[in-house]
Amino acid sequence: MTSATHTADHHDEHHDHGPAKGLSRWLFTTNHKDIGTLYLLFSLTMFFVGGAMALVIRAELGMPGLQFVHPDFYNQMVTMHALIMIFGAVMPAFVGLANWMVPLMVGACDMALPRMNNWSFWILPVAFGLLLSTFFLGGAPAGGWTMYPPLVLQTGDAFPLLIFSVHLMGISSIMGAINIIVTIMNMRAPGMTLLKMPLFVWTWLITAYLLIAVMPVLAGAVTMLLTDQFFGTSFFRAAGGGDPVMFQHIFWFFGHPEVYIMILPAFGIVSEIIPTFSRKPLFGYDSMVYATASIAFLSFIVWAHHMFTVGMPLTGQLFFMFSTMLIAVPTGVKVFNWTATMWKGAMTFETPMLFALAFLFLFTIGGFSGLMLAIVPADFQYHDSYFVVAHFHYVLVPGAIFAIIAGAYYWLPKWTGHMYNETLGKWHFWLTTIFVNLTFFPMHFVGLAGMQRRVPDYPVVFADFNFIATVGAFGFGLSQLLFIVVVVQCIRGGKKATAEVWDNPHGLEWTVPSPAPYHTFDEPPEVGDLAEIGPLKGT
Amino acid sequence: MKRLIALFLTGVAGVAHADWDVNMPVGVTEISKEVYDLHMLIFWVCVVIAVVVFGAMIYALINHRKSVGAVPAKDMVHSTRAEIVWTIIPVVILVAMAVPAAETLVKMEDTRNPDVTIKATAYQWKWHYEYLDQEIDFYSNLDADSNAARQLGSGIDPESVPHYLLNVDNPVVVPVGAKIRVLLTSNDVLHAWWIPEFAVKKDAIPGFINEIWFRAEEVGTFRGVCAELCGQDHGFMPIVVEVRPAEEFATWVAANQAEGDEQQRLADAVN
Repeated sequence: MTSATHTADHHDEHHDHGPAKGLSRWLFTTNHKDIGTLYLLFSLTMFFVGGAMALVIRAELGMPGLQFVHPDFYNQMVTMHALIMIFGAVMPAFVGLANWMVPLMVGACDMALPRMNNWSFWILPVAFGLLLSTFFLGGAPAGGWTMYPPLVLQTGDAFPLLIFSVHLMGISSIMGAINIIVTIMNMRAPGMTLLKMPLFVWTWLITAYLLIAVMPVLAGAVTMLLTDQFFGTSFFRAAGGGDPVMFQHIFWFFGHPEVYIMILPAFGIVSEIIPTFSRKPLFGYDSMVYATASIAFLSFIVWAHHMFTVGMPLTGQLFFMFSTMLIAVPTGVKVFNWTATMWKGAMTFETPMLFALAFLFLFTIGGFSGLMLAIVPADFQYHDSYFVVAHFHYVLVPGAIFAIIAGAYYWLPKWTGHMYNETLGKWHFWLTTIFVNLTFFPMHFVGLAGMQRRVPDYPVVFADFNFIATVGAFGFGLSQLLFIVVVVQCIRGGKKATAEVWDNPHGLEWTVPSPAPYHTFDEPPEVGDLAEIGPLKGT
Repeated sequence: MKRLIALFLTGVAGVAHADWDVNMPVGVTEISKEVYDLHMLIFWVCVVIAVVVFGAMIYALINHRKSVGAVPAKDMVHSTRAEIVWTIIPVVILVAMAVPAAETLVKMEDTRNPDVTIKATAYQWKWHYEYLDQEIDFYSNLDADSNAARQLGSGIDPESVPHYLLNVDNPVVVPVGAKIRVLLTSNDVLHAWWIPEFAVKKDAIPGFINEIWFRAEEVGTFRGVCAELCGQDHGFMPIVVEVRPAEEFATWVAANQAEGDEQQRLADAVN
């Protein structure tokens, strides 16, 4: 009895713990919701920084001839745009969503390793501070985000800062991944077996394993670059017996799983949203999980499809062609399952659903061009052309970023306690979707017609499509300001959100009030009747 | 801002008299035609799949919405039969695609028995060509007109420059109908040699030699670019190949060999 009272007292005390006041709340926080918010705000900031660089690129490409920037500065923009969008915008956004939602979805009180969680976030501003500071040190890296030697070794004073910031980003990602795995493995509420977890949790679990597997590989590759540059090694210097192509093999052994690191959590988000707004459980839950795992496995054996033109033996090219084509199978399963989820549903089209649907259509277009790229003889024509630029922007912008935006709209009411402005949300959606296609679709055409990547100027036959893409890019960039308006409005006030927010959605996150209290699930929730909360709700 | 507005206005004017080049060139070699056919085959396969899948999605979007009174079929959560069907069908399509792709790839990789062998060495930012049997060698740079026009704020309208950014001072000259093998390497960083009309693209890598081949079936001038980022002037080191009748090629070889001999004599005299 005594001990029970004591527990209760302790419990009450615990509830009194609100957030600390002022700046120290954010600097020292170990709360998964605060850290999630930090990640998301950081990601949003980087999205605009990287976006501004994209607009410099598109302005220069608006018409033939050089109008605005020197070719070397153009290459700095191309390189930094990619690094910032990949490591600064997309990946932190997913980690932020995981921080917020994974504990709420599995019924955990917080992330398993809260202090490491704080650390893994606060490394990021330092990493990007270092990377961006290179603009003031004689020029940012300009050898492309893939950092291929020997070109990257021509980087000036920015070189060691580039390597060090990539190391920091890697450390941050690995710590984030460890935290997510440990949380999911150890802190699920009793009764939530692995195959009852929401798809977002599943895709993140698999993504976290991918991160742990490949971020050290990237760290190794860039460290070898560093020693080649400063300590006289010749890992990649042909003059010393090294092999420049070896870097590409190591880099893409990281790089291809990295591609799925940036899309699997997006699959998870979409798998949460489509069932909610179709008012039907996710179709083929088990096969979704197995398809995700298959994609993750295949991602380790397809890397050389990024480098078909380096001159590999015929058998190597055939192997990587066939293994790459295989990825279409599990990816197809996912698209078919989402379609089947919508089939015979009762759909409504709130903003999260609109973005999820655009993801479904436009990611699939990116998937088609990916399948085309797998065909090696044709890839010799597509490789390093704007066709490739179109392809990976289709899977990353209306793919990954649309899913992130969809997730933000979907969970904003849970985070802020207010409904966002649906009219503005719909405006944001339509403008974004129209402009994203205006920007990236013409790139297929100029690429097929012979325009290579990473050039600031081009023959006049490509002028018209490039002009259209530039108009699209500025439209896309400006439309994102609407998103800021919606988010700020939603934080400040608006219609009160209910705990469920949507019409009968699935998952534990909808059982806590909106906004989610600073501490949730201090006591593990009752997950006895999984049919009531799990993905099998309604069955 | 003013320049942005000017850009916008010029662009709008440009789109009005558009030159809509939207597809891969068919090219002028047997291989390039096969590659084009493969490209179109996989493209139409994707279009058919898209029509079916997007068709189903759009049908559902129209008919299975709450506002038309749709009632969700909440028990429709799994179907082993459907899962098997939509796994098997893509596998069959992929195998059907892989076979012709592999056949073409085998042909592309067969560089044996060339009629002419040219060694191309990439530099930042130009190409050096060496005809191994004819003992001819020369550098190939972006032509002077393009080079003047492409400077930042040059004020020269690229439209006024013939073959802007796709013209060189010394083009590669090859005989029509002959199997030309190109050995690729680099003197500094990675580059790539790409001629869309021949469907060849391969990296030039320092310390290594890559091989490609083509057999042009038509006389003409074919233009390509460096396709691998190689520094600030990556966009300004084009490739031009002139395919000429065999007799003209022989004349060209003789003229260039004579010129080479003359230069050699001068060099010897100096020494």
